Amino acid sequence: MIPALVILLGFQLAGEVASRALGLPLPGPVLGMVALVIALSLWPALVEVVRPVAQGLLAHLSLLFVPAGVGVVAHLPVLAAEGPAIAVALVGSTVLAIAVGALAFAGVARLTGNTEGEP
Amino acid sequence: MTDPALIWSYLAQGPLLWLTVTLLAYWAGDAASRAAGRRPLVNPVLVAVILLAAVLGATGTPYATYFEGAQFVHFMLGPATVALALPLYANLARVRRAMLPMLAGLLAGSVTAVLSALAIARALGVDGSVLASLAPKSATAPVAIGISERLGGQPTLTAVLVLLTGVIGAIVATPLLNALGIRDWRARGFATGVAAHGIGTARAFQVHETAGAFAGIGMGLNAVLTALIAPAILRLFL
Repeated sequence: MIPALVILLGFQLAGEVASRALGLPLPGPVLGMVALVIALSLWPALVEVVRPVAQGLLAHLSLLFVPAGVGVVAHLPVLAAEGPAIAVALVGSTVLAIAVGALAFAGVARLTGNTEGEP
Repeated sequence: MTDPALIWSYLAQGPLLWLTVTLLAYWAGDAASRAAGRRPLVNPVLVAVILLAAVLGATGTPYATYFEGAQFVHFMLGPATVALALPLYANLARVRRAMLPMLAGLLAGSVTAVLSALAIARALGVDGSVLASLAPKSATAPVAIGISERLGGQPTLTAVLVLLTGVIGAIVATPLLNALGIRDWRARGFATGVAAHGIGTARAFQVHETAGAFAGIGMGLNAVLTALIAPAILRLFL
């Protein structure tokens, strides 16, 4: 468990340092994630070291949103004033993004004859 | 017998109480979701947030005091984001096999999510830090919160918007994709993961195994792409 935590926190730390030092738009943890994917491809043995802790964290991923989500109490005035506009933007953009993304994927798959994995 | 007010003032100051209550609320939310047969509308996070907001309101506790305790849970978002590397790595072979369609779906879905959200909100009179909070709402929460901080948004508002986006995506995906006549499970799952992150991915897994796997990949790739494109797209609207 300790080596896994060191690896996860170490990659996050390296990501934070790189993001700030180089002024990159990617947040530190995202850089850490990308770097860890590369590290795992170079040293597949790392997978078994990280897996138990990573699976534990990801199994309860939604719990981790709760504290920030409760921050809604601080935004009730904003939501009261702009709630309808925000609701329309959320519903509209989510419907559009799913439709456009799926059509693009399916369209290109058909054009390139890439249909493997289909039932 | 100590005055209950003294005990309360002790509890209200330390992190112990609010950390415990956060876990308790999530437990209740998860139980409610299970009791509802995992219907997307009864989302465990949504239930927990409503319960906690009600408790804070009833006890007159400021959010900053609550966060003193809850920050231990919040902190784990960073390592959890790094841990997303594992499922991404496990699916690298599938990513390579469907490279072109995936790139097309990722670019189209990700740009549409940010651009259309900002365009609709802007047209309806939303501006400033609320727009910046809205821009990354299709990315998975830990990443969206990080992006929002960078853009000058309000991370806690972003967390709520991310959550709502996920719930909306989980509800609309199946009827919408059926109406569009898209039968490729990879396309259905991938687009849902890109637009509605982890909550959409959980929903995709309920519908079809392949859709779930591709939703997970879409979520991971969109976390990276949103971080790259959101600042540039937001600049168009400020």
